[in-house]
Amino acid sequence: MSWTWFHKLGSPKWFFQFASRWSLGVFLSGVVLLLIGLVWGLAFAPEDYQQGNSFRIIYIHVPAAILAQSCYLGLGVAGFVFLVWQMKMAPIFIKSVAPLGALVALIALVSGAIWGKPTWGTWWVWDARLTSVLVLFLLYMGVIAIQNSLEDKILADKAVAVIGVVGLINLPIIKYSVEWWNTLHQPATFKLTEKPAMPMEMWLPLLISSLGLYLFIAGLAMLRMQTEVLNRERRSSWVKEEVLKNGI
Amino acid sequence: MHPVRKKRIIAISSIVVILGLALALVMYALQQNINLFYSPTQIVNGEAPKDVMLRAGGMVVEGSVKRDNETLSVSFEVTDFTETVRIEYKGILPDLFREGQGIVAQGKLNANGTMIASEVLAKHDEEYMSPEIAEALKQSELNSTSSNTSY
Repeated sequence: MSWTWFHKLGSPKWFFQFASRWSLGVFLSGVVLLLIGLVWGLAFAPEDYQQGNSFRIIYIHVPAAILAQSCYLGLGVAGFVFLVWQMKMAPIFIKSVAPLGALVALIALVSGAIWGKPTWGTWWVWDARLTSVLVLFLLYMGVIAIQNSLEDKILADKAVAVIGVVGLINLPIIKYSVEWWNTLHQPATFKLTEKPAMPMEMWLPLLISSLGLYLFIAGLAMLRMQTEVLNRERRSSWVKEEVLKNGI
Repeated sequence: MHPVRKKRIIAISSIVVILGLALALVMYALQQNINLFYSPTQIVNGEAPKDVMLRAGGMVVEGSVKRDNETLSVSFEVTDFTETVRIEYKGILPDLFREGQGIVAQGKLNANGTMIASEVLAKHDEEYMSPEIAEALKQSELNSTSSNTSY
């Protein structure tokens, strides 16, 4: 197996050129898919037989919750890569994705609370699922806080990589919290092995808005990483050339 | 692979595994505290303490809901299909509360094993469907049961 892609990915210059070509396209296709999924889900998908229209918040809640976990998985993997191979791109990835992950985690928590009030009858209970997602949000906040508060940038990169790797333990807890313990939260909507327990006109817009949010966040992450690459590599000759040639 | 990197992989993986194991043991020990509610079986077996705020959860038994005509008082039974527990509550129930629905009630158990609830929350499952499909399913169920009984 060829490892060149792995080494290429580790080169800030190569990543910058790759991202300049793709970031805007990925971001815009994310916006388009997200709009299609949300409009379809919020306006045209059928309502639920028990919950009526309040069920529609699923089209915001589930994509945000999926993304919150996926971003953290990325954070953990990048942390591991940085601690083992000292790849330059890994801390750039962590620094750029952490605020995005925190944002989607917050959206998942808030939309869940808004959904919970009319259906369950409460904004919040300390059940295993809700609490473990709150911990996920706090982990993101911890990563952001440490990255920004440590003066020594090399130390900061190492510290957030460690939090990223250790925080991975939380992901299976979130995933299986609804199965291991009694919770108020219902089991997962999307499973890898089974068809979702809803008709196609309900899950198709959900799938589209989830994919849309993936692309949306990926595009934003690439844009943020480009900025971070330029900032960190500002003393190298290729950045000087790039800035002189294309402006900032 | 470079021996230094190999060493790092082993070190990091073992740290994560050990922390994970430690956390798993803690969560196993605290299992009863992480569980949001007691099941009716646990309550009937006396595992739940009396006169302490706790939650009970289960399915509302069909035909067990008794409403008071004058006040907001309501009494119903919940089951986990093994045991049942009676719950008394005074207040407005959530919209999703109905017979056959999962609920979680917070309150205190009295000496008779009845729960005097101060809060009732409704659970829902991950199955969503449109009203038309739900209606059609109900119809076909009715048809199949009536055709069964006609034999």
